[in-house]
Amino acid sequence: MSQEWQIVWFTAWVAGLSTLLILPAGLATAWLLARHDWPGKSLVETLVTLPLVMPPVATGLILLKVLGRRGILGRFFHDTLHLDVAFTWRAVLVALAVMSFPLLVLFTRVAFEQVNPRFEQIARTLGAGEWRVFFSITVPLAWRGIIGGMILAFARALGEFGATIMVAGNMPGRTATLSLSIYDAVNLGQDAAAARLLGISIALAFVAVWAGQWFLRRHRH
Amino acid sequence: MQLLLQNISLPLAEFVLEVNLELSCQVTAIFGASGAGKTSLLDLIAGLRRPASALIQLDGRALTDTARGLALPPRRRGIGYVPQDLALFPHLSVRQNLLYGCKAAPRDGSLFSFEHVAAVLEIQPLAGRSVTALSGGEKQRVALARALLTSPKLLLLDEPLASLDGALKARIIPYLARVRNEFRVPMLYVSHDRQEVQALCDEVVELERGKVLRRVPPQHS
Repeated sequence: MSQEWQIVWFTAWVAGLSTLLILPAGLATAWLLARHDWPGKSLVETLVTLPLVMPPVATGLILLKVLGRRGILGRFFHDTLHLDVAFTWRAVLVALAVMSFPLLVLFTRVAFEQVNPRFEQIARTLGAGEWRVFFSITVPLAWRGIIGGMILAFARALGEFGATIMVAGNMPGRTATLSLSIYDAVNLGQDAAAARLLGISIALAFVAVWAGQWFLRRHRH
Repeated sequence: MQLLLQNISLPLAEFVLEVNLELSCQVTAIFGASGAGKTSLLDLIAGLRRPASALIQLDGRALTDTARGLALPPRRRGIGYVPQDLALFPHLSVRQNLLYGCKAAPRDGSLFSFEHVAAVLEIQPLAGRSVTALSGGEKQRVALARALLTSPKLLLLDEPLASLDGALKARIIPYLARVRNEFRVPMLYVSHDRQEVQALCDEVVELERGKVLRRVPPQHS
C-alpha cells in the first residue's frame, strides 16, 4: 500500500472509531441535557461546548498536559498499564474524539428535544421502564438526528488538525492523518502530493456526507 | 373501585390545582372548561407529574403519598391512559402499538386478551397497517385498545373524542359504551361535551380553575 493510501486508511479508520467511541457518552449527555434539569447542568453544557469554541491547539495542549508521561492520566497509563498515549495513534483517537464530541452532543440533543415527551410518558404508563422507553421510543424517533450528528462528528474528525498535532505529533506511518500530511507536503514544497491528498480529503468528506444523506432519504418515514 | 384523591396540590401557571375527592362510580366525568386543570389531574393520577402534596389511593393501594415520600412509577400503577393527542407511536405499526404494553397481559381467552379487545373495538383489520394511515376514529379505537391490553385497574380518558367531528363522535361513543359494559374497567373521562358525558358517565365532577365546583349526576351537568 502506498504511503498516501496508508494515510487515508488510517485517517478514515481512526475517525470512524472515535465516532463510535463517543456515541454512548454523546447520546447519554445529549439525553440528559434534553430531558432533565439538574444542578450544574449549565456547567456541563459549557464544558461540552468548549472544544468547539476554543482554539484546537489549546485543546491539544490541555490533552498533552493530561496524557503526556508526566500528566495525570499519562503517568497512570504508563506506570500501571505500560501504555503510552501521547504521540501515538491513541492520542490521535483521543484528539478526534474530544474535538468531535460537542458536535455529536449538540446535534443529538436537538433531535431528542424534538421527540414529543408525551410518547415517552405514555410508554411508561404502558409498562415500559426507562431503558425500554429510551431504546424503543426516544432513539427510534430521534434516529435521523442521531445519524446526522454522527456524520458531522465523523466529518469533523476527518478534518481535525490543531489538537492532533499538539498531542500526537505528525509522524508518518504512526500518527500522520490527512490534514497533517497536507500541511507537511505544503511545507516541504511537495505540491503534487499536497494536491493529491487534498483531492482525497474532498472526496472522503463528500462521500461521508452524501452517503449519510442518501441513507436518511432512503429511511424516511 | 375506590379512588381517593386527598390533599392534592399542584401549582399550575395561573392557579393551584387543589382537589379532595373520593370516587367510586364506574365512569366519572371530569367536566370543565379548557385550562381548568383536568389533564393535570389525570397526569397526577397516572404518575406523570409530581404534586406539591398528594395522597392518591386506588382500591386502598397508595400510588402517591407525598407525606411518606412514596410515588409509584407510572409503569407500576396499573393505570391505562389515553391522552388527548392519543400518542400512538408513529414509528410502530398498529400491531406493534397494540402489543407495546401487552407483555404482562393475561393469556388468550381472558377478558383482556388481544383477540377479545380487538373484537370488541373491531380493530383486527387494522393490525397490519401503519399508524399514520389510520383515520381519526380508527386511531381512537387503537389507542383505547392499546391501553386496555395492559389490563388496567383504572382507565384515564382525556377528551378522547375532542378532535372528531359530530358524525364521527356519534360512531365512536358506542365503542366507548361497549368498553364500559364489556370490560367493567372504572374510567375517569375528561370532557367538556355534555352529550358525551350524559351518554357514558355515572357521575360528573365539575372543575373550575383547579377547584371542584360540584359533583352531580350526568343529567344535571
